[in-house]
Amino acid sequence: MSKVLMKGNEAVGAAAIKAGCRFFFGYPITPQNELPEYMSRELPKVNGTFLQAESEVAAINMVYGAAGAGARVMTSSSSPGIALKQEGISYIAGAELPCVIVNMMRGGPGLGGIQPTQADYFQATRGGGNGDYRTFTFAPASIQEAVDLLIEAFDIADQYRIPALVLGDGMIGQMMEPVEFNEPKQRPLPKKDWITTGTGGKRKPNIVNSLYLDPDELEEHNMRLDKKHKEIEANEIRYELYNMESPEIVLVAYGTTSRIVKNAIAILKEEGIEAGLIRPITLWPYPYGVFRELPKSVKALLTVEMSLGQMLDDVKIANEGRLPVHFYGRAGGVIPVPKEIVTKVKAIMGGEQP
Amino acid sequence: MSVVFEKTHALTDAHFHYCPGCTHGIIHRLVGECIEELGVLGDTIGVAPVGCSVLAYNYFDCDMSEASHGRAPAVATGIKRVLPDKTVFTYQGDGDLASIGTAEIVHVAHRGEKITTIFVNNAIYGMTGGQMAPTTLIGQKATTSPYGRSAEHCGMPLRVAEMLATIDGAAFVERVSVHDPRHVKKAKKAIMNAFKCQLEGHGFGIVEVLSSCPTGWGKTPEEALEWLVENMIPYYPLGNLRDPWKEKSDEH
Repeated sequence: MSKVLMKGNEAVGAAAIKAGCRFFFGYPITPQNELPEYMSRELPKVNGTFLQAESEVAAINMVYGAAGAGARVMTSSSSPGIALKQEGISYIAGAELPCVIVNMMRGGPGLGGIQPTQADYFQATRGGGNGDYRTFTFAPASIQEAVDLLIEAFDIADQYRIPALVLGDGMIGQMMEPVEFNEPKQRPLPKKDWITTGTGGKRKPNIVNSLYLDPDELEEHNMRLDKKHKEIEANEIRYELYNMESPEIVLVAYGTTSRIVKNAIAILKEEGIEAGLIRPITLWPYPYGVFRELPKSVKALLTVEMSLGQMLDDVKIANEGRLPVHFYGRAGGVIPVPKEIVTKVKAIMGGEQP
Repeated sequence: MSVVFEKTHALTDAHFHYCPGCTHGIIHRLVGECIEELGVLGDTIGVAPVGCSVLAYNYFDCDMSEASHGRAPAVATGIKRVLPDKTVFTYQGDGDLASIGTAEIVHVAHRGEKITTIFVNNAIYGMTGGQMAPTTLIGQKATTSPYGRSAEHCGMPLRVAEMLATIDGAAFVERVSVHDPRHVKKAKKAIMNAFKCQLEGHGFGIVEVLSSCPTGWGKTPEEALEWLVENMIPYYPLGNLRDPWKEKSDEH
């Protein structure tokens, strides 16, 4: 199949339809509006349904209803909108429903701004809703990867009955890149024998629910969810290693920031400094294990984010106190340029302490 | 021995958790009877709310989904859009529907979503221990209106049926009560019509059912029914506000 030049938000919509998504419930918010607009245009052509909800809260609950009725269903939003959806995401996790949620992050807190950031890392990986739950989280760094991961996110959601988040940012949503729509790899998926489609008088009623009034029963449910989370941690961790043969310093970055970091690494190479990159592709589960197998040449770690140090916590957990962990971040929608990162690396090489 | 009367098959054998004198049990049964008599039990998906009827999914013998507080209409929208040929209903109390979920109920009516809502109005928050609801009457004492509800402080009680009847997409709107057998029969007819409204594809249908809360009101079951008649019905008048068949015949 040939490549087409597409805007990120629209490419993600096209990928969802390719993945068999036929239901989309959303509410407009910048910078992801091209995605619901695309779905409103394209879903009716494949007998699908786009519905603009009255709020993000209603949209995620429509997703809950549609997922419970057995549909492949998606919603998308940007940071403040995703914050509103957190209640519903907790219920979806509790009721073990599969769905895909796209967050094209913008600056916060509150209304913040409309420029790209990565300041929803805590919200995505720690859970913005109540209770012991996790949301599977992919962090694409290009539009091609956003398309590929989005298609896979539907399968992961179905396989584990878990909400799957695709965490992009305003940059991924708004830029244009050539993209190819590959045939999705087929995973063996479990039969949806739990859905509420009417008993037809042929089976016992199915109930979609997250309420367990008996604490022993709720603990058992929490334990079952935990077992599922451990299974995902064992099977679904994804990351990219770049220039990791014998670096003096390893940078850690995801999504848009990782591309800027790659440019910084090229500049550093010209100046005789070998720097590597660990790029987590799944933010939850996080690739902690890869930090245990770093080459002996590595003297320090540098986390680079478009936030004031949210993934930094995971890097410190992964590092287990072995190497000094430095941080460089820009916030509020300010995108770091390679030169700033090069300057920071040089300062670390020159003896700057974390 | 021959069976002369049976409980509806649309309800399971689970014991209701409702307090003595609460009319949720009657309303559950009416909803069940309507679904069974319409022959759609196997094609029905119900949505339970948060509040006293939070466990409704254990009582209706059909597929059920539990929604978060106030969001049942949004959940029902998701279900109905995926399964347009199935019968979808929400069962909601006044805290759920008239307070935290007002946006959802207004917009499900506004879209003319082809679902049926059973709205149980007992003028108080029952499950959480008798706090004030938007439907609590002026002067009525609740745990969060210990001096009696004052209009100046928190507004007049919200008339949901009247509010929704102003919305074009609300095809069937009726307020009923279940305080005596005659009114129970009328309530059943209204619930039946609200489901028929959905089955015939007219749009959104809602039945507001005035219900008693002896525990929350601090009254005996009998006193509670008397209080409902004397205090609730004058402020929440019974009757049909929208009916797709009547409106159609009016045009001719």
